Amino acid sequence: MSNKGKEEPTKEMTPPQKHELTGAETTRPGHVFTPAVDIFETEAAITVLADMPGVKAGGVTIDLRENVLSLDGTVGASEGEKEQVLVREYDTGSFHREFRLSNLIDQAKIDATMEDGVLRLTLPKAESARPRKIEVRTA
Amino acid sequence: MLIRRLPSLPDWTASFRDLYDVRREMERIFDTLGGMSAVRNPGVFPATNVSESDESLLVRAELPGVRPDDLEVTVEGNTLTLAGKRETLTESEGVSFHRREREWGTFRRSLTIPVRVEADKVEARFADGILTVELPKAAAARPKQITVQAGA
Repeated sequence: MSNKGKEEPTKEMTPPQKHELTGAETTRPGHVFTPAVDIFETEAAITVLADMPGVKAGGVTIDLRENVLSLDGTVGASEGEKEQVLVREYDTGSFHREFRLSNLIDQAKIDATMEDGVLRLTLPKAESARPRKIEVRTA
Repeated sequence: MLIRRLPSLPDWTASFRDLYDVRREMERIFDTLGGMSAVRNPGVFPATNVSESDESLLVRAELPGVRPDDLEVTVEGNTLTLAGKRETLTESEGVSFHRREREWGTFRRSLTIPVRVEADKVEARFADGILTVELPKAAAARPKQITVQAGA
């Protein structure tokens, strides 16, 4: 790395433990993981970033009903047919996670993009849920 | 007196292969026991999966959110090095966070390649957050079919 102009991140990364969903929640075979997420909020929208490596744009399903947002990502086979695995340090599988949203979301304006295995979901707040500044008038 | 006969030492690659075979067998047993996986957290980022085909060795790593420009893949002798960084969020000001689980920072990991490879033909691809490094095996390391000739 040689771009000196920008401030370099100095923290050394550690391998994340992939969290696997267990229990009777799945109907499909294979592993299901909960993706790591960042969720942040501005006055206008809530943004969700989810790490879903191996998921293509077409493999994402986003569902929002009764304030429960669920994300699903499906992956294809990671190894080719003629390959034999020698060392496996991480498992692959689909992704699933649910969130309960407290704010009212304008469902028609939800925007989702997938880039380099990261899902970016922008959930604009409905007009009624946005903070409104109330002018105090002098009598 | 106890006399123990040591088998002749196998070559280095073969001993590795034996270890892998043991590992695979263990995985198979675990799988049949109750779907437990035998993955091993390496303690170094990124975790990699290594597989092989007849022609090449394939090293894969999950690097979601890393830009291809920030990735550095080098092969030197029989050492493969994966290095790079993942940037933290740009919009960290003026927003309130509900969750912050995604990792960021720099990483560097070196792996020893157990077979001879053609260093100048190594290819690295990055798609959907997964890095795949394909290392073509040197001709000497590829399996060869020997035709058995009928004696004259």
